Amino acid sequence: MTLTLKWMEWTVPGAIFCSTIFLLVIAMTIWQTVAPSMERRGFLPIATTPGDRLFVGLLGGVYIFLAWVGLTSFTLWILLPIIVCWIIVVMLWG
Amino acid sequence: MEKWPNNKAWFLVIPVFVIVAFSAFIPLMTVINYSLQDILAPGQSVFVGTEWYKEILSDYRLHEALWRQFLFSGLVLLIEMPLGILIALAMPKRGWGVPASLVTIALPLLIPWNTIGTIWIIFTRPDIGLFGFGMNNLLGIPFDHTASSLDAWITVMLMEVWHWTPLVALLAYAGLRAIPEAYYQAARIDGASAWSTFFYIQLPKMRGVLTIAFLLRFMDSFLIYAEPFVLTGGGPGNSTTFLSIYLVKIALLQFDLGPGAAFSLIYFVIVLSFSFIFYQALLRVGKGETV
Repeated sequence: MTLTLKWMEWTVPGAIFCSTIFLLVIAMTIWQTVAPSMERRGFLPIATTPGDRLFVGLLGGVYIFLAWVGLTSFTLWILLPIIVCWIIVVMLWG
Repeated sequence: MEKWPNNKAWFLVIPVFVIVAFSAFIPLMTVINYSLQDILAPGQSVFVGTEWYKEILSDYRLHEALWRQFLFSGLVLLIEMPLGILIALAMPKRGWGVPASLVTIALPLLIPWNTIGTIWIIFTRPDIGLFGFGMNNLLGIPFDHTASSLDAWITVMLMEVWHWTPLVALLAYAGLRAIPEAYYQAARIDGASAWSTFFYIQLPKMRGVLTIAFLLRFMDSFLIYAEPFVLTGGGPGNSTTFLSIYLVKIALLQFDLGPGAAFSLIYFVIVLSFSFIFYQALLRVGKGETV
């Protein structure tokens, strides 16, 4: 039996997307190990850790993506900086 | 809260992480890949970008299934939560009645889900089913869940309530039994009515278990598949086609892997959002804050 990833039907965009999230999680783990952080309260209605904020940011990003794709027909290249900004805003002040 | 100096214990999580990686992350990544491509045959696929998302998001049948799903889950919670609390309040507090009523009430929970669909098909059949025959011939109300959408909804709701109210009742009963007798004695001394005892002692004390019951019942009813699939197959027409039934129609029966994958990711994100909200609510219950 040969071990192959063929069944997963990888494409470059899919691989970039998955590895970005994977790397983000690893980076967060290292950051939290080196400098553990506290729960705090931002503009979100709950007290959050940085991990919670990353999760909320990514989840919110998915909804922005769905709204963008479902309601508009603009290119996704405009959407990318919007979502990156949104995640940064949530990470900093959420 | 003070800083935790040593976080090395987190490395003990690695075995779980590896198992979850194989059971969840890799399939999830595969679904993400599928959602970006038109898969004609294994190994033969065309990259289509976000086309499937566009198609799925403007699919009116998906919108209908989504609203149907929210209506169903909402009705389930509206009926099962109060009914479960009522049953728990009516259950005996001591003596032989406790095990007897617990076992009787838990019976529907022990039946396999496919069997429950079959039971209710037979139960509501107009010719041989007790309920169907009774409605049609004894009460004179025409009832056929294979022909009328309303009857199909009533049957699915009845089945769901019959199947899962016991869970709410058992949880509420456990919550009630955990209230110390001193609370009731104090209420009696103050001359509190049954209503005020319920609203100021029993309901607040049951908040934790009721939150769990609410969470479980919402998620289960939101993901419901086997029972309506066996009972109505999503029909008549599309009247009981809930999200998961529609998803299986797209992904497995029509073998449209791309749209099916895009659909399941949207479904997944909705479920994930609700899980996060409920998880936060549960944490707050644990801390004794108001939800």
